[in-house]
Amino acid sequence: MKTVHLAAGLDSGDTAWLLAATALVLLMTPGLALFYGGMVRTKSVLNMLLMSFVSIALVTVVWLLAGYSLVFGDDAFGGLIGDLGHLGMAHIGPDDVSGTVPTMLFSTFQLTFAIITAALISGAVAHRTKFAAWLVFVPVWALLVYVPVAHWVWGPGGWISGRLGALDFAGGLVVEIASGASGLALALVLGPRIGFRKDAMRPHNLPLVMLGAGLLWFGWLGFNGGSALGANGLAAASLLNTLVAGCTGLLGWLAVEQVRDGHPTTFGAASGAVAGLVAITPACGTVGILGGAVVGLAAGVVCSYAVAWKFRFGYDDSLDVVGVHFVGGVVGTLLIGLFATEAMTGGAEGLFYGGGLGQLGRQAVAVVVVAAYTFGVTFLLGKAIDRLMGFRASAEEEMTGLDQTVHAETAYDHGVLGHGAPHNSPAVTKDRSPSA
Amino acid sequence: MKLITAIVKPFRLDEVKSALQELGVHGMTVTEASGYGRQGGHTEVYRGAEYKVDLVPKVRIEIVVEDADTEASVDAIVRAAQTGRIGDGKVWVVPVDSVVRVRTGERGPDAL
Repeated sequence: MKTVHLAAGLDSGDTAWLLAATALVLLMTPGLALFYGGMVRTKSVLNMLLMSFVSIALVTVVWLLAGYSLVFGDDAFGGLIGDLGHLGMAHIGPDDVSGTVPTMLFSTFQLTFAIITAALISGAVAHRTKFAAWLVFVPVWALLVYVPVAHWVWGPGGWISGRLGALDFAGGLVVEIASGASGLALALVLGPRIGFRKDAMRPHNLPLVMLGAGLLWFGWLGFNGGSALGANGLAAASLLNTLVAGCTGLLGWLAVEQVRDGHPTTFGAASGAVAGLVAITPACGTVGILGGAVVGLAAGVVCSYAVAWKFRFGYDDSLDVVGVHFVGGVVGTLLIGLFATEAMTGGAEGLFYGGGLGQLGRQAVAVVVVAAYTFGVTFLLGKAIDRLMGFRASAEEEMTGLDQTVHAETAYDHGVLGHGAPHNSPAVTKDRSPSA
Repeated sequence: MKLITAIVKPFRLDEVKSALQELGVHGMTVTEASGYGRQGGHTEVYRGAEYKVDLVPKVRIEIVVEDADTEASVDAIVRAAQTGRIGDGKVWVVPVDSVVRVRTGERGPDAL
């Protein structure tokens, strides 16, 4: 039997929880794939799923090569970026410890955040993105946009947490605002889908959307609860806040629908829960349960209106990455300035808990800087890729559907000619199986 | 012989089927169809955005009958499909020159 020993400083309880939380967060990206996949039309659902799944692979490679080092290596330059000491995960072995958990585990947990942030952007450009361009965009975006912002907020010596003192427990700035602002930038680079604001583009499979929302919620308990980086009371409080805010977000969105549209919808319930979860992400470790409930409710109500802005202003943020993730992220990040409580933060307090307006100001500065940086760099990157190789699928590919034109696949077997009747099934024209 | 085509509301299909069976009409072809007439469509709301769905789901029933059975069959379909509300559908009749049963090669009314 192999001898087991614990590295100095390692806590096995903390490690066990973070191992589980890492798996939970990784599951969110396939969940997101289903959430998005159900919202698009049948002819491009596989493409939508693949944009998320391929992000897992691309970001993982980039993260291990350079991303981890640039975010969590020693600060190299004024709180802006980490150094290159851990390129390719150099000098990190099983015995190295970050806080009370193995560094390898800490790095993997953080990696899962980078993955879903990149995947989130795909919702803004659904149904019209050239797949090859997405493969180029994701790794470069991860390095140029995600990595610096993550260092500012969570890296050693990062300026937002260090010098500015803004709070972002689990990624309101790093994940939600970054993906939302980047999604807006990319939607503007690509332009609207053919038929936007004219044709009905109904979600093709709402049960898939509900399943995706459920998986996201489940994974989010690890996303927020794991961000305590230990098995402790703060993890429990964050987890409970996550549950509460999802619930009040769901109720808030449904209430608006009942009053405004006359029907509470499944799509609204799924969207409201996600909006609440988005907003509580930065706040889950900084506000109490009452604060968490208000944060979720505010996001559910505000986002249910924000998703209509795209029709008014004409940007085709197809699956509402801006309306849900950007707006929800801003709501949650700002409300920390009102509801932060010392019991959770260990120091900083919001306006309603006797802390004055200072924290709200710090939160607002962080929101503006992160939104401006992520929007600006993503816009330039999108334009560069568009110039280089074209970022948008051809009109014919878009009309026919990306599943068939890009992937040579069809998601569903429609109609009597495809239902597996032996005489009607498509003939095998080329058998590539090795046993044939 | 006549071809009777009926476009009706999907949830009336079973009633139409039993009414025709009572008349002794053996067999029918049913197709899922979409379309609109005076009913227009309906409205659906997704994340607050209203979509006008102008093609409404219907079923198309096709039967071929002998001339003498035409009126009774049409009446049976109309009675069974009628709800009295807008969107109940249409029935039309056209003459048929010939019919062949594929299995036996029988032609004309014998093939029905």
